[in-house]
Amino acid sequence: MLPYLLLAPALFVVGAFFLVPLAFSVIGAFEGPQGPTFVNLANAASLYRMDLVFTLLIVVASTALTGLGAVAIGGYLTLGRSRTALRLLGAMYRWPLFIPFIVAAQAMRGFIGQNGLMNNTLVWIGLMPQEWAQSFLDWRGIVITFVWKQLPFATLLVAGAMAALDRSGIEAAQNLGAGRLRILIGIVLPQVARNIMVALVLSFVTMMSVLSVPMMISGQSPTMLTVAMAWRINSFGDYGTANALGLVSCILTGLVAWIWLRQAAAERAR
Amino acid sequence: MWWLPRGLLLGLFAFFVFGPLVNLVLWSVAESWFWPNRLPSQYGFRFWERVFRPEGQAMESLWLSIWIATLTTLLCLAVSVPAAWALAKANLRWRAAILLLFLLPQAFPNLPVYINIARIFFSFNLNGTVIGVVLVHAAHGLVYSIWIATAAFAAVDDDLELAARNIGAGAFTAFRTITLPLAAPGIAASAVFVFLESLDEFTASYFVGAPEVRTLPLLLFSAAAGGNMQVAAITALILLVPSVLFMLIVERFLRAEVLAKVGK
Repeated sequence: MLPYLLLAPALFVVGAFFLVPLAFSVIGAFEGPQGPTFVNLANAASLYRMDLVFTLLIVVASTALTGLGAVAIGGYLTLGRSRTALRLLGAMYRWPLFIPFIVAAQAMRGFIGQNGLMNNTLVWIGLMPQEWAQSFLDWRGIVITFVWKQLPFATLLVAGAMAALDRSGIEAAQNLGAGRLRILIGIVLPQVARNIMVALVLSFVTMMSVLSVPMMISGQSPTMLTVAMAWRINSFGDYGTANALGLVSCILTGLVAWIWLRQAAAERAR
Repeated sequence: MWWLPRGLLLGLFAFFVFGPLVNLVLWSVAESWFWPNRLPSQYGFRFWERVFRPEGQAMESLWLSIWIATLTTLLCLAVSVPAAWALAKANLRWRAAILLLFLLPQAFPNLPVYINIARIFFSFNLNGTVIGVVLVHAAHGLVYSIWIATAAFAAVDDDLELAARNIGAGAFTAFRTITLPLAAPGIAASAVFVFLESLDEFTASYFVGAPEVRTLPLLLFSAAAGGNMQVAAITALILLVPSVLFMLIVERFLRAEVLAKVGK
C-alpha cells in the first residue's frame, strides 16, 4: 500500500494537468453546440488540408536529415582516425543540445534571412555573387532550424550506441580490407538501428508540437498545424476546430510511435 | 593536402553550428546594422543597458522566470522523490506502465493539451497566474525528475540500506542517512533538467500565462514579433547561457551507472 501512496501525488499532477486536458481535447474535437458532431473534423479537413501536408513534409524532411546527420557524425566519431578532427567534432556538435527552440528560432531568423549573416559571409568570401542571395525564411528555414536543434540530441543517442558496440566485429572487417563506409553501412548501422529509431521517433514528436519556430521563421500560409491551432483559438475562440486539428496531430504521432513499438516488439521476439 | 577535405567539412559544420549563435551576439551589440553593411556599422552596449535597467521589463521577466522555474523544481522534487523511491525499490506490478505514463506529456503534441488546460484553468481563475504556469510546467518536467531520480535510487546498492537496518536504524532513518545522500547527485541533475525545462518553456506559458505572466521566452517572442532585433537577441542570449553551461557540465553530474539505468 505504501508504495502507491508515495506515487499518488506524482500521478495526480500528471493526471490532472495532462491526462484530463488531453481527454478534453479528444472530446472537444467532437463537440458541437447541439451535441456530438463531425463538423469540427470536416472544418479542419477543408480549411487546413494544405497545412497538414505542409507539416508532414517539413517534419518528415527534418527527421530524415537529422537521422542522416546523426549517422554521419556518429559514424565519424566511431570510425574516424584523425585525433584532432575527432576532438573538434566531439566538442562542436553538442552545442545546441539544450538551447530552447525559441532561442534557436531567433538566432536563425537573423542568420538565414536575405541579408543575414550566412549570405553576407558567403558573398564576402567570394563563394557567391550578391544577386544569388535569397531568403530562407520559409519552409526551408523551419527545416534548417529543426535540424540544427535536434541534431545534437539524435547524435548523442546514436554515437553513444555506436561507442558501446563490440569493436571486434569492426576490427575483423578492417582486417579483411573493408572500407570505412562499408563497415558503417554493413556492420555498425544494423546493430544500432533501434537506437536510431528511438532518436528519430522522439525528434519527430518533438518537432510536431513546436509552436515558436514556425511562428517566428515563416509567417506565410500554408503553415504548420501548431500555428493553425493557435490561430483558431486566439482569433476566433474556435475550440472545436482547434481540438480537431489537435486530434489529427495526436493520431499522427500516435501512428509513428505505434509503428516503432511494433517493430521493436517484432525484433525482441526474434 | 590530405587534410583539406576534412578541414573544409569541419569548417562548414562549425559555420552551421556557430553561425546562428554569432549572429545573436552581433545583434546584441549592434547599435545600427542596415543593409548593405555586412556587419553592424556601430557597436555598443546601449541595448544591454536598456534591458538590464532595474526597472526594465526584461529584469522583471528574468526574475519571474527564475521564480517560476524554482517553484516548478521544488514541486517536481517534492512529488518525485517519494515516487521515484517507490519505483526503484518497491516491487510494483505496474512499474513499466507507470514509468511510461510520466513520459506521455513529452510524447504527445502538447498544444491541444495546453489550450484545454487554459480553458479549464479559466474556470478556476488560474489563467494568468504564477501557480497555473507552475502546475503545467511541473506536469511536463516530471518525466525528468521521476526517470532520473528512479535511476539514481536504483543505482544505490540495497545492501547498504540493509546494513543500516541491521544495526538498528529505522526505515526512514536508513533512507535519510544512506539512500538519499547516495542518490543526491542524480536527483540534483534531474532538478537542473526540470529547472531548465521550465525556464525555456514557451508554448504552455503562451496559452496559460500570457499576458499577465510574462516569462522571459514570452518577452523574447514579443520583442521579436515587434521587430526589436537587439532586445530579442539579448533576451535570447540570457536564455542561452544556462543551457550551454548545462550542456558542458551535464556529464559530470550524471554518472554512467545512473545513465545506464534511466528508463529501465
